[in-house]
Parts: sequence; C-alpha cells; structure tokens
Amino acid sequence: MSNMLGRPDPRDAILQHLQEMRAFAMSLTRNPSSADDLVQDSIVKAWRKFHQFDQTTNLRAWLFTIVRNTFYSDLRKSRRELSNIENTDVEEYSDGGGTDQIIAVMDFEKAFSILPTEQREALTLVAASGMSYEEAAATCGIAIGTIKSRVNRGRKRLADILERNGLSDIG
Amino acid sequence: MSKAPKKPSVERIIDENLRRVYQRMVKEDVPDRFIDILNQLQQREQGKRNDPEQDG
Repeated sequence: MSNMLGRPDPRDAILQHLQEMRAFAMSLTRNPSSADDLVQDSIVKAWRKFHQFDQTTNLRAWLFTIVRNTFYSDLRKSRRELSNIENTDVEEYSDGGGTDQIIAVMDFEKAFSILPTEQREALTLVAASGMSYEEAAATCGIAIGTIKSRVNRGRKRLADILERNGLSDIG
Repeated sequence: MSKAPKKPSVERIIDENLRRVYQRMVKEDVPDRFIDILNQLQQREQGKRNDPEQDG
C-alpha cells in the first residue's frame, strides 16, 4: 500500500531488501546470530528514519548505510568482538552445478572472514552485491578511490591467503 | 565498460565465490521475527495516525 504522497510503504520497502541486508550484515559480523541482531536493530532504525529517505536515491544503498552505521557503532561499544571469529559448520556445497573451480566453501569463507572489516565490506558491496563503485562509496560515505583501493587490496589479500593455503592451482 | 577486459583468473574465481556466498545468504528465508517487528512497527504507526499527516 502506498499513501497519497506516493511514498512507498516503509514496511514493503524494507521487506523487499531484508535478505540482502542480512547477507551484508553477515559479511560484516561473520556470525549468523550477530547478523540477525544487527538486521533487527537496522529495521527499527530504518523505520524511524524512513521519512528522511530521499526517494530519488537508491533504497538498498540507504538501508545498507544504516546496517553499516549500526554495525560500526555497536563495534565501538564492544571492541572485543573484533577477534571473535566463529567457526561455522564445515559444509560441502555442490549447488554450483558445473564449475569445478569453486573453492571449498569453508576455505573461502574462512579466508574472507580474516580480512579487515573495511575490505570485507568493500568486497561485499562491489564484488558480491553488484553495486557500482559510486554506490558503494556513497553507502560507506567515503571516496570512490578509497572504495576501489579497498576492493583491490581485499582481492589481493584473499588471493594471497588462498594461495598460502595450497589453493594456488585454482586458476 | 569500466571492467578490465581480461581479469586474472584468481580474481575471477574470488569474485565468483564472493557472489556465491552472498547469494546463498540472500536466498535464505528471513527470520519470522523480522516480519513480526515490521508488523508491530506498522501497527504502532497506524495507531498514532489519528491526525492528518502533514509532510512538508
């Protein structure tokens, strides 16, 4: 339902992006239950601030900004969680259907999880969610050049970690 | 367009994996509690909306 002003219903608008907010939150927190707590807090904040959303801009980027701001403000409150890398289940995924170049999920996710937060964030926005550098930079409130260099450093670092762990022949 | 014409293979594989991990999460059903929260927020707002809303 939309109202007379043509604004999207906040419930529908937020609902539409929940899965992606969750995927982004997961890349920041590296922990499913923290990710869900983060999304929950972000939903409430997004609702309260929804009147501030400029409809000429991208809603997904706006919501992601709330997720990341919430994440960093929580992080400042509890610095110790920084080193809390959870070892999740070892699972074999075979849903890729065809490519034999898929890195074992656990190895890849482990490698990803030890990257600095800013690199995980940049890679998730640009390489995984498909945002442009411009959108990602706006989402993080940083310069395009900064996001580019974080993406590049993140890719390089991931490649180094994976190669050090015997995955150098993946290419 | 702005993409490099030929990405190094390792980089391509990294990006594929990043997308795959992300998409796996995106495909998951969101927890019911998120829907509950949205419903509660909406109900609360509708309860408050007795005055005509003015939006500058």
